[in-house]
Amino acid sequence: MQMNRRQFFKVCSAGLGGSSIAMMGFSPNAALAEVRTFKLARATETRNICPYCSVSCGVLIYSTGDKSKNSQSEIIHIEGDPDNPVNRGTLCPKGAGLRDMVQSANRLKWPEVREPGSKEWKRISWNEAIERIAAHMKADRDKNFQAQNKDGVTINRWPTIGALVSSAASNEAGYLTVKTLRALGVTQLDTQARI
Amino acid sequence: MALQSLDIKQRSATTTPSPQARQTIEIAKLIDVSACIGCKACQVACMEWNDVRDEVGNCHGVYDNPMDLTEKSWTVMRFSEIEEQGKLEWLIRKDGCMHCADPGCLKACPAPGAIIQYANGIVDFHQENCIGCGYCVSGCPFNVPRISKTDSKAYKCTLCSDRVAVNQAPACAKACPTGAIQFGSKEDMKDYAAKRITDLKERGYEKAGLYDPAGVGGTHVMYVLHHADKPDLYSGLPVNPSISPLVALWKGATKPLATLALAGVALGSLFHYVMKGPNEVSKEIEKEIEKEDAQ
Amino acid sequence: MTNHWVDIKNADLVFVMGGNPAEAHPCGFKWAIEAKKTRKAKLVVVDPRFNRTAAVADYYAPIRPGTDIAFFGGIINYLLSNDKIQHEYVKHYTNAAFLIDDGFKFQDGLFSGYDEAKRSYAKDTWKYQIGSDGYAKVDETLQDPRCVFQLMKQHYSRYAPETVQKICGTPKDAFLKVCEYIASTSAPNRTMSYLYALGLTEHSVGSQNIRCMAMIQLLLGNMGMAGGGINALRGHANVQGITDMCAYSQNLPGYLSAPNEGDKDRATYLEKRTPKALRPGQMNFPQNFPKWFTSLCKAWYGNAATKENDFAFDWLPKLGGATDTLAMFHAMFEGKLNGFICQGFNPLASVPNKKKVGDALAKLKYLVVIDPLATDTSEFWKPHGEFNEVDPTKIDTEVFRLPANLFAEHAGTFTNSGRVVQWRWKSADGPGESKEDAEILAALFLKLKAMYAKDGGALPEPILNLTWAYTQPAKPSPEELLREINGKALTDLIDPKDPTKVLFKAGEQLPSFGFLRDDGSTACGNWIYCGTWSQAGNNTAKRDNSDPSGLGQTLNWGYAWPVNRRILYNRASADLAGKPWDPQRTVMKWLGDKWGGNDIPDMAPTAKPEDYVMPFIMTPEGVGRLFSREIMADGPMPEHYEPFESPLDVNPMHPNNPKAKSNPAARVYKSDMEAFGTAKDFPYVATTYRLTEHFHYWTKQSQINAIMQPEQFVEIGEELAKEKGIKAGDKIKVRSNRGFIKGVAVVTKRIKSLEIDGKKVHTVGIPIHYGFKGATKPGFLTNTLTPFVGDANVHTPEYKAFLINIEKV
Repeated sequence: MQMNRRQFFKVCSAGLGGSSIAMMGFSPNAALAEVRTFKLARATETRNICPYCSVSCGVLIYSTGDKSKNSQSEIIHIEGDPDNPVNRGTLCPKGAGLRDMVQSANRLKWPEVREPGSKEWKRISWNEAIERIAAHMKADRDKNFQAQNKDGVTINRWPTIGALVSSAASNEAGYLTVKTLRALGVTQLDTQARI
Repeated sequence: MALQSLDIKQRSATTTPSPQARQTIEIAKLIDVSACIGCKACQVACMEWNDVRDEVGNCHGVYDNPMDLTEKSWTVMRFSEIEEQGKLEWLIRKDGCMHCADPGCLKACPAPGAIIQYANGIVDFHQENCIGCGYCVSGCPFNVPRISKTDSKAYKCTLCSDRVAVNQAPACAKACPTGAIQFGSKEDMKDYAAKRITDLKERGYEKAGLYDPAGVGGTHVMYVLHHADKPDLYSGLPVNPSISPLVALWKGATKPLATLALAGVALGSLFHYVMKGPNEVSKEIEKEIEKEDAQ
Repeated sequence: MTNHWVDIKNADLVFVMGGNPAEAHPCGFKWAIEAKKTRKAKLVVVDPRFNRTAAVADYYAPIRPGTDIAFFGGIINYLLSNDKIQHEYVKHYTNAAFLIDDGFKFQDGLFSGYDEAKRSYAKDTWKYQIGSDGYAKVDETLQDPRCVFQLMKQHYSRYAPETVQKICGTPKDAFLKVCEYIASTSAPNRTMSYLYALGLTEHSVGSQNIRCMAMIQLLLGNMGMAGGGINALRGHANVQGITDMCAYSQNLPGYLSAPNEGDKDRATYLEKRTPKALRPGQMNFPQNFPKWFTSLCKAWYGNAATKENDFAFDWLPKLGGATDTLAMFHAMFEGKLNGFICQGFNPLASVPNKKKVGDALAKLKYLVVIDPLATDTSEFWKPHGEFNEVDPTKIDTEVFRLPANLFAEHAGTFTNSGRVVQWRWKSADGPGESKEDAEILAALFLKLKAMYAKDGGALPEPILNLTWAYTQPAKPSPEELLREINGKALTDLIDPKDPTKVLFKAGEQLPSFGFLRDDGSTACGNWIYCGTWSQAGNNTAKRDNSDPSGLGQTLNWGYAWPVNRRILYNRASADLAGKPWDPQRTVMKWLGDKWGGNDIPDMAPTAKPEDYVMPFIMTPEGVGRLFSREIMADGPMPEHYEPFESPLDVNPMHPNNPKAKSNPAARVYKSDMEAFGTAKDFPYVATTYRLTEHFHYWTKQSQINAIMQPEQFVEIGEELAKEKGIKAGDKIKVRSNRGFIKGVAVVTKRIKSLEIDGKKVHTVGIPIHYGFKGATKPGFLTNTLTPFVGDANVHTPEYKAFLINIEKV
């Protein structure tokens, strides 16, 4: 092995601490080592399903607190459910990052309206939102509802409204959406299954 | 009674030997490159579990992102398109700390207890004790540790020592959708690798094999490669990694002699460190080492 | 999926064409890897790009986007001309032997009955010959020139390997290699699991693409088998469930064809939808349609649905004209819609031709966006630099944005691609004032109901009488809703065979749709979900993952529709005598007195093999269809047509008939036809797709996913890059006749130019995912580029094959 001056220096530098710092009074007793504490030890675990693709992987959601009355829980971690026969605990890059979706900076927190011609959103209450939307809907339905077609067949259709129903909604929410929209006479509805 | 959940094998810059009486299982992570789809679930799971978020960068004309290991990206996928005899292969390798049995980083580290090797094989950094000198970077044959811009401390994959300590697999291994990352005892991982290699040979990859380089005493992160004869095809995986001869020399047979002989230089360096702070020292020395390496 | 995710591990060959499961469904794809690891299975990928699925495949072959039918037709030709079919299966379990009407013809690229002005077919010749006994005629020797087998053989004889190469650009030897792999599964005890996704559906011939693979799987005897099947890898976590609930116009929940203007009353409606068996002794299961439909009417209208009022038939709105997403946005574009509700959907990003969609939204009076996130659609009116150039002062749409909860914040079920319905538990409250979708819908509906109760208005009856017996009317619980979906007895149900026996007491939950009735004595919100919540409780919450068969069936995990069956058509996994084709992978077998095995029989449980009840119980003929009769809009046997934007001047199959260049039965609006580009101005073929790091337009909102793939890129081959002087990392502009986007060039060896009909054709790959709202780098919406045209049957847009030009910025 050949050594030039710089290498010699490097050896000294790289090695110096190994003995020197310790020898000069930095006590090795201070160098206790412990791993980071397992952060899920007392977190609350809930079983859910990843909302992305249709593999529908089982996930375990970990949140702070124990659901006691005064403890506001926050999701701190999501990982795969090992019992789920399809994903067996694994997750893809979307599923493994679910926490950042739940806590996205772009989550909506309250109802808003953007009025005709406006450049801005305006925060409104749920009551106001529902009342204003319902007023639009009723006025339009009452004005444009078609009870019969030109051949006299009863069609009971509301032709001036359309709806897109989310394929990310649960079966129960989707069913209720379909049930209410059909009751209102909506025939123009669709979902992501189409596209 | 041990004071920690994982038994310690050795600590950087510490002369007191760790207790060695207990025998625990030697663990390993096996990365089966032939089953890897480059989905980056491991990258995401790593960041999520370890509560780090890297910068949102840019696309640089390749699938890799982030482009390199950083203090917040402890593992990255490296993609390379290889075309030989008209056959196209997209070789995707998960890069990160190899958890060497003979860790160059630990050997090079001057800060007592900043780098710990546990009895199970995990090589972990303890940022509380890190002085940010960057010697671990020079000491690593795989170019893995990174010094944080935020706190000037070295970071890298911990092999999820916090999970392994409670007998859970590392976050990346658990997440991996195709089972390209397996985790278990080193012995079981070698057996598993043998089966995969047989399968690959049957599929025409005659040079399939295990990457567990002897130059660093073997590793606790191993690869199954379809082309084990050419590890460098996989975005420059070192063919024969070894600890820099200089670090090895210092820590080896010449150590007692060198301790005496170099005391003066060491003191000088220590004062340099105290006077100028860790980063400058590290950069200065790194530059010199780079120059020499290029020679 | 006819099979399910875990079942992929039982395959001998996993064939992926029109999908990229390693990227889009990584956790499901593990079962393909498992098949490779444990069964020495082979994985074969055909795709325009060497993608991340191809990276782990045993064999990869390239193809030009939009030419799948030519490739499939070539496979069918290969199987028939090399006698690589499962003979017994084809003869008995398919309609190969059925004789077709003498008037049926295929000439010069068009089937009999074409009406050019209407761009549609009269399908009266696309049918079986019916004998004097009222049943379809068959020739079991398969020799009659009018039998399906012979017609099919003739039809696909035109797809020689050379023709495939000429149209698809796939080198002949690569094509033949793929054929060999596939043909190996014609052995009765070998199976191929076929995986596809939007790469197959998003074409103007999307439905026929899938038909092709269904035909191939029938010829090979792979339907009903473990490790076989046609497996649609679907998009969203609950897209299967929402499809089952039929949140789209043509069907009511459970795929019950919705009434249209031709159905003047309940009797007419039911008669058209209740088929008669086409062969003797067949189950013809759809004959139960009236039971399913009546039970739905009772679920919705309860006591207000009576025999006297046709079970409230008139209150169901009747369809008139097209109502799919494209049709809706076209109607909106023409100013025919005033209001629009957009729940968990981002159409500005995900519907073709962003400019048209934005212009359409600007014509609305009001838009209601219900979403957990601030979507691009909700801000269609807001300027976002060059990514969304609009003038808000000129847009009069009133936009409401209502915060909804995400999956973690409510309970309920999702149905996966394998039809397994699984319960989820709530883990946290949503942020701020956000609410569950069901609660938002309830609030809106109850408000309208109160207004109609007080003030009256147009037809208030269906609104006032809709069943709403939820404990908290403003907050229907998922438990109550799932019980309603499952269905119950409304009166005591008496055993038809023993009048002294009460099968179910009034109010009891029913265990299966076999107990539904058409006399108003049962209610059921969705017949195929009957069994999810029986008297025994919530079966979707079952969590016993034991797998005694080792096939991965896990019958006690969740609940699969129908009746917890995991593999559809599983009777076909056994031969005529009921003996499994492969005893190592027994799904179903005849036990001497009944059917049994490792699944719920897809057959009358005691139908003896000698009764010759065939496995495809949902068809009136009992067999799988190689010839689809009058079901499809664009022909009973798939034929290759060029994408609407094609690099070729003619369809190489029919160079002399311009009418047969692109799908002659696809609907195209005039203004959209005019917006198509030609190869002269837009010489490159573009295809859009997902990346594994992202999910549609959601994960651009998630920081961690933004880190993994932060910015719009565009993939081009090395040869094209060289021609255009583009280097990896350069910013490039991609232009179609509808607009442009910009992205970073990824220059790759994985996309090669192809030789098509003597012409060099380059393919350019464009990921979706980016937009002007999110944590990723702000960017353009990829669907600025795509053409507003869809499949002839279901109108799924042609996102996968269109024309563009590129330039360095």
